[in-house]
Amino acid sequence: MKITAEQLTWRVHGSQLLTDVSLSVSPRQTFGLIGPNGSGKTTLLRLLAGLRKPKQGRVLLDDRPMNTMRQRDIAQSVTLVEQQAETTDRIKVRDVVALGRTPFLSALRPWSHQDELIVAQALKDVDMQHMADRFWHTLSGGERQRVHIGRALAQQPKILLLDEPTNHLDIRHQLSILELVRQLPITVIISLHDLNHAMECDRIGVMEGGRLVDTGPPRDVLTPYRLRQTFGVYADIFADPIDGSQVMRFRSAV
Amino acid sequence: MPIALKRSSTEGFWWRWLWLTPLVLFIALMAGTAIGETSIPIETIFKVLANQLFGADYAVDRIDAGIIWNYRLSRAIVAACCGTGLALAGVVLQALLRNPLADPYLMGISAGASTGAVAVAVAGVGAGVITLSIGAFAGAGLAFGLVILLAHAASSGTGGGRGIQAAGAIILAGIAGSQLFNALTAFIITKSASAEQARGIMFWLLGNLSGVRWDNVWMAVPAALFGLIICLWHRRALDAFTFGTDSAASMGIAVRPVRGLLITTMALVTAIMVSMVGAIGFVGLVIPHAMRFIVGSRHTRLVPAAALAGAVFLIFSDILSRILVTGQVLPIGVITSLIGAPAFALILIRGTRTR
Repeated sequence: MKITAEQLTWRVHGSQLLTDVSLSVSPRQTFGLIGPNGSGKTTLLRLLAGLRKPKQGRVLLDDRPMNTMRQRDIAQSVTLVEQQAETTDRIKVRDVVALGRTPFLSALRPWSHQDELIVAQALKDVDMQHMADRFWHTLSGGERQRVHIGRALAQQPKILLLDEPTNHLDIRHQLSILELVRQLPITVIISLHDLNHAMECDRIGVMEGGRLVDTGPPRDVLTPYRLRQTFGVYADIFADPIDGSQVMRFRSAV
Repeated sequence: MPIALKRSSTEGFWWRWLWLTPLVLFIALMAGTAIGETSIPIETIFKVLANQLFGADYAVDRIDAGIIWNYRLSRAIVAACCGTGLALAGVVLQALLRNPLADPYLMGISAGASTGAVAVAVAGVGAGVITLSIGAFAGAGLAFGLVILLAHAASSGTGGGRGIQAAGAIILAGIAGSQLFNALTAFIITKSASAEQARGIMFWLLGNLSGVRWDNVWMAVPAALFGLIICLWHRRALDAFTFGTDSAASMGIAVRPVRGLLITTMALVTAIMVSMVGAIGFVGLVIPHAMRFIVGSRHTRLVPAAALAGAVFLIFSDILSRILVTGQVLPIGVITSLIGAPAFALILIRGTRTR
């Protein structure tokens, strides 16, 4: 499924958080969203997920404007994994992942064997099946993040939005989550802090002060100029002698 | 690797235990009818029930029959309905507002009801035409309306994560509204009540089932059933709020309408109960937590469990309130709090130990 944003604007209490953002991500693409803290990545993802109505502009799923769709219909195609969603409830891992089936169930359409299979597969995908019966409050930050992603996968979205999913994860799980996400046969928009991870995306977009200042393939976008201008670091970029991919080495803050 | 399939058993739970519900409820109701200042043998109760319900013609003592049918049975049924209504209101508010301290009176309902009752009973508003119950209901409705308006004004225009979020705004507005109406109540009492009137009002505020008759049953039963059906219908939505409103929305819940419907329904149910029997404390706070501890926090289990536990708890609290002090009926709120507070403490301690 294709997702398109047309001139999105969002403000809260007079402060402009997003200005005129237009963006289109083709089906099955993995789109990386990068930018310094407070540049509007989270706000943009919230608008794309249909959690907030843009003050101006609109979001389209394929060619269907999101503002004409019910929340339930949106959730059958798009879902967002938030950065930190916490609970004090005593809830098991399996039950959290099972929440992902919510948009497909109703008071009259009960839980089925099919739902059970989908939940089991999602648990396996995020490598959490051995912890399925653990309580939420016994999990580490990284495990919680993986469970949230599992919940999103159980929703079987056609567009998956991830807000810095690799935060809190150890390096092994950072890489395995990114690999999992890249292999999914769906459209993915993922905000990332680690710029070397962004190199693995099909395309990336750079946010700065609520504007999308550049989009394109990572090699074209992540230039020493851009790193200095937007991220405020001096960096060198060179090729990895093993596979020829680009690697960034950050030298110092501007 | 084969995928390990293990049934989450949430759905099966229903059918395995549901048949127990009417049985437990029936036993509790019978106990509520049999036990009191004069104990009545269960045989007599069945005879009276058969006479009244199926037109049987057993010979029973007229006084016994009167106590059973007109006094104790209706009282036990209303107690059960209040317990169910208050416990469900607690479940819903704790789930939606993401606050473990949320209870049915959070939104100014009990404060508003007491103001309404006092205005009628003491200040003579309505000139004898309006009953205490109607006054209490009107007060509860007024207070709830004010609290919601205030919460709306405080949270409107804020986006996610910034400013006062809707859940926090409702809690703060509820505190402000309760304080206002409590002050109004105190004002009316000190201005115009005699000591005797003040004592009567005090008694009513702590919960009093002694005035309950059959016409109350026809209010209480539909209200409790309505609350139960709304909760069961939205059980998955209540689950979806586990990680907050944004997460609920991204799982397809239309947050504002669903939250509005659930909170308004529960406010209505609570207001009906409070206007009949006064503000019985602690049920709406303790029962949901106790049941979460026993059956877990998924609402497919929690809603029926809390509904049943609330009903049974209030029936037995009512029995205790009648037999604890000979010759005197205690306010039921005293009993619920006396049992509820230590029980709650126990849950808290055990709950933290398992972490």
